[in-house]
Amino acid sequence: MGAEMDGLPNFDPEGRYGRHLILPEIGPEGQTRLGRASVLVIGTGGLGAPVLLYLAAAGVGRLGFADDDVVSLSNLQRQVLHSTPRVGDLKTHSARDRLADLNPEIRLEPHALRVSAENIGALLEGHDLVIDCTDTLPARHLINRACVAAGVPLLSGAIAQWEGQIGLYHPASGGPCYACVFPEPEAPPPVQSKGVVGALPGVVGARMALEAIKFPTGAGARLKGKLWMVDTLWNAERLMVTRPRANCPVCGGKGGSC
Amino acid sequence: MDILYFAWLRERVGVPREELETQAATVAELVAELVAREPRYATAFSDPSVLRVALDQELAGFDAPLAGVREVAFFPPMTGG
Repeated sequence: MGAEMDGLPNFDPEGRYGRHLILPEIGPEGQTRLGRASVLVIGTGGLGAPVLLYLAAAGVGRLGFADDDVVSLSNLQRQVLHSTPRVGDLKTHSARDRLADLNPEIRLEPHALRVSAENIGALLEGHDLVIDCTDTLPARHLINRACVAAGVPLLSGAIAQWEGQIGLYHPASGGPCYACVFPEPEAPPPVQSKGVVGALPGVVGARMALEAIKFPTGAGARLKGKLWMVDTLWNAERLMVTRPRANCPVCGGKGGSC
Repeated sequence: MDILYFAWLRERVGVPREELETQAATVAELVAELVAREPRYATAFSDPSVLRVALDQELAGFDAPLAGVREVAFFPPMTGG
């Protein structure tokens, strides 16, 4: 048990991480890397819920999460990290308690705040990967700018009604930034219905958690330079190739090919 | 040619995908052709600057040529979390 506190997993095949340890692509080395990884999740709502649950369960050693919102009844149809008795509580408190129950062997760092240009630099510090689970375009661009400036990889996922998108952006190691793929709009984009099917953030958020597990372990192929899109209503799925955009105002488009 | 629509674009056009015979040489010409067809397309493509397009699953510009392309996918950034 003591070794786990140092970011080294318990190598017992019947222990907490036993099913990872016998997986060739993770194994003891990958699990050790997960234990030493430091991931920041911004937003603890629909996508943040499965991302945090699976990353805590997977043994990510240091898990930060930020949100200034409180749990409301209308969240619970999809935000399965939270629960009915916690309606009215800060989402970061509800999340901390649930995640500590799930895995008391990792370091949890809740931040009850809304990300801003003022606080995001300090928030990102010391993290190997940032996961964007926010719900507005301005927040997404703010997080992208901060990640590009700090050279931190950004796993960005989003949902709408029955559909989802995920991309991994890290121009410092090649490939585009979020703004290369989705330039900041001059006019606000059309208002879309906030309707969302309850299981959708489960599908998209679990896929994000999976990519985040692949990231420190080095398993398989990363989503860098790719945009995964899924339409669960009509069963369409695509993996788009994305590239740095020349003269991108955020990263300069110098990421090169992946 | 297969045309795919995602997110609010799908909502406005009313179908997730359709097959189309077109002589359009570029994406922009295809969009102009669609917009001229029916008001729902005009609504969907009223501001192409907020849309992205992928040709055979590669992100492209609206000036990109369509010669030899089998699938055109239009999509906006999704924002929900």
